[in-house]
Amino acid sequence: MPSVHHRWRKFKDILVQAITCFCAFLVVLPLGLIFYYVLKSGIGAVNWDFFTKLPGPVGESGGGMANAIVGTFELLALASLLGVPTALLGGIFLAEYGSSRLNWWIRFTADVLNAVPSIIWGMVVYGLVVVPLKGFSALAGSIVLGMMMLPLILRTTEEVLLLVPNGYREAAFALGISKWRTILQIVVRTAMKGIITGILLALARVAGETAPLLFTAFGNRFWNHSLKDPIAALPLQIFNYAISPYEDWHRQAWAGALVLLLLVAMVNVTVRFLTRDRFRM
Amino acid sequence: MAHFFDAELDNLKQKLLAMAGNAEAAVNKAVQALTNRDHELAVQVNENDKILDQFEIEIDELAIHLLAKAPLATDLRLITVAMKISQNLERVGDEAAKIAKRARDLSQEPPLKHSQQIPAMAQLVVQMLKESLDCFVNQQPDAARALIPRDKEVDQLNKEIHRGLAHLMVADPEAIPRCLNLMVVSKSLERIADHAKNVAEEVVYLCEAQDIRHAGK
Amino acid sequence: MTELNKPILPALPESLRSGALKPIPPSQQTALTVRDLIVTFGEREVLKGVTMDIPSRAVTAIIGPSGCGKSTFLRALNRMHDLVPSARVQGEVYLFGENIYRKELEPVTVRRRIGMVFQKSNPFPTMSILENVTVGLRLNGVRDRTLLQERMTHALTMAALWDEVKDRLDAPAISLSGGQQQRLCIARALAVEPEVLLMDEPASALDPLATARIEDLILELKKDYTIVIVTHNMQQAARMSDLTAFFYLGELIEYGQTRAIFTHPKNKRTEDYVTGRFG
Repeated sequence: MPSVHHRWRKFKDILVQAITCFCAFLVVLPLGLIFYYVLKSGIGAVNWDFFTKLPGPVGESGGGMANAIVGTFELLALASLLGVPTALLGGIFLAEYGSSRLNWWIRFTADVLNAVPSIIWGMVVYGLVVVPLKGFSALAGSIVLGMMMLPLILRTTEEVLLLVPNGYREAAFALGISKWRTILQIVVRTAMKGIITGILLALARVAGETAPLLFTAFGNRFWNHSLKDPIAALPLQIFNYAISPYEDWHRQAWAGALVLLLLVAMVNVTVRFLTRDRFRM
Repeated sequence: MAHFFDAELDNLKQKLLAMAGNAEAAVNKAVQALTNRDHELAVQVNENDKILDQFEIEIDELAIHLLAKAPLATDLRLITVAMKISQNLERVGDEAAKIAKRARDLSQEPPLKHSQQIPAMAQLVVQMLKESLDCFVNQQPDAARALIPRDKEVDQLNKEIHRGLAHLMVADPEAIPRCLNLMVVSKSLERIADHAKNVAEEVVYLCEAQDIRHAGK
Repeated sequence: MTELNKPILPALPESLRSGALKPIPPSQQTALTVRDLIVTFGEREVLKGVTMDIPSRAVTAIIGPSGCGKSTFLRALNRMHDLVPSARVQGEVYLFGENIYRKELEPVTVRRRIGMVFQKSNPFPTMSILENVTVGLRLNGVRDRTLLQERMTHALTMAALWDEVKDRLDAPAISLSGGQQQRLCIARALAVEPEVLLMDEPASALDPLATARIEDLILELKKDYTIVIVTHNMQQAARMSDLTAFFYLGELIEYGQTRAIFTHPKNKRTEDYVTGRFG
């Protein structure tokens, strides 16, 4: 026979459950709404032309965002080339070498840089690259994106390497394997999945940055043929189309948003897939 | 720490001490029954032998149980020594029972004049047994070592008694049954001394980890 | 160096060594010579001057309560402390007469001659069984496929693992059971063909059956290798070692033939430890 206390406790239990469930729903709701809205608005304009044609002349309808899509990939590729090796080696340094004081300062700097607003990154690279080169360029865009990826990948690489159990390093040393070989061919190899995850996550984050690209890549209505020329990118194109007065361009902006969103979502799903628990030990 | 194990080891020691006391008493009673021609006492000794047999079984069981716990060093030596000593004590009990049986037979017949040496030998043997068991109780390896040569004296005595009795049997054929009984008694006493020597050797092993058995052969 | 000529080695009768089948020249009879070994971590002195000789082709067990320095001692024998910045090693260790701590000598060279197996088996998770066994050779520059194949087969056979894995050499190393993984680690260490094998509680994480197999394996291995094993299991030390050293609070308290240490130790602290009456 449940006493009064027991019933009250049960009620509290259910109440808390209900509240937390509702809050979880509230958290997921915006994401769901975004997806739904973007899908609804953009799906109409996503067609073959969208992926293959250059933007049409101002005011005219038609055309696509082929150059913006390619541009985004190009910028990301170049940014990776610049940012990933440095960040990787830096992460290795933090995890395997260095003194505790020096490492503290490096981590501190990286964490601060991670928090710097993206528009400031854009302005810095404007001053450093755009001004000397006397123009906006794909190079500048790659540099700013690479620099933004750096502290992120540095920290995730370090963390993942630190998670590798020390037993593996010891086993390698005990076999007479030198330290650098142990790090590169045993430790990094063991942590590879985590490192790639970190890189992909950084790419996903940086793929959608608009503000820095405003000051560096600037955007281009045509194909980009040189690193020293401006280049189109999805976020930039979306921005330009969205603030324009043209209906057709608005629809294309939605399509661009949809494509960008799907791109980022796909990266995240890939990451989840790669890091799934394949077998229990 | 090893509290439970210590308690079990102590139990083993106590059992062994009890068995030692019982064996010593059995020998004393048997000798007394012999010298005093006490039929009742002799019967008691024979009945008591079952108790000694039971002791040996219990001690062996406990020792095996303790060995399964893989003891080392002093503990290991104590347990193996306990098994050996209990075996020796059981045989002592058997010999005492034999003496008691012969004492019963002898008490039915008139005493022999020439059986004087036997009480003396019996005293020696009883003393040896008591001392060897004391060495075990008090952990005295030096006293145990000192004991060992005395076994030879007892062996010598046994030979003399046998020779004397042999002469007597030739001289007085009527005395033959009594002489034979006395020869058996003498032999049993000699064996008890051997067992006392064995106990002394085990005491030396327990205290000093030296195996001094069969050294003189 | 004159100290080297006075062996601090308890007499080891040839009958106790299964290596007696292959006679050992006198110069090869002492594998490791340790003189006044002191190891400090920062301010803390963990090993306070250990001197002992370790015979070749025999199993020497190191026993003692936790914190007595036995693992520290073991790791000093293959210069593992070089990798710990706060560690300082003083004293001398000679491997068949050569000082392993001399300045010109690379630690990696030492570790190829003195191998180590750890308490928790640690086969490299991203590699297959075959790759794990040959990793010591490959990452030290060996490319010759025939040689790698040969060494791998030999090492797996010596580690009593060959029959169990010969059909699945490409399977991931972590798909093996705990006992098999530890034998794989032993094979991995053996593939480099060391002269000495150091083992830090190799069976403590294994079930009794797997432990028994490892012990059997060690008894086989001692025909060809010098083995030093740290163990907290005294019955294990009693079962498979020829000599036993008892450490306490960083000092070597007693060192002698295993049968003597475990039936009649000379030092009271050894007796107390061995009978479980410590503290």
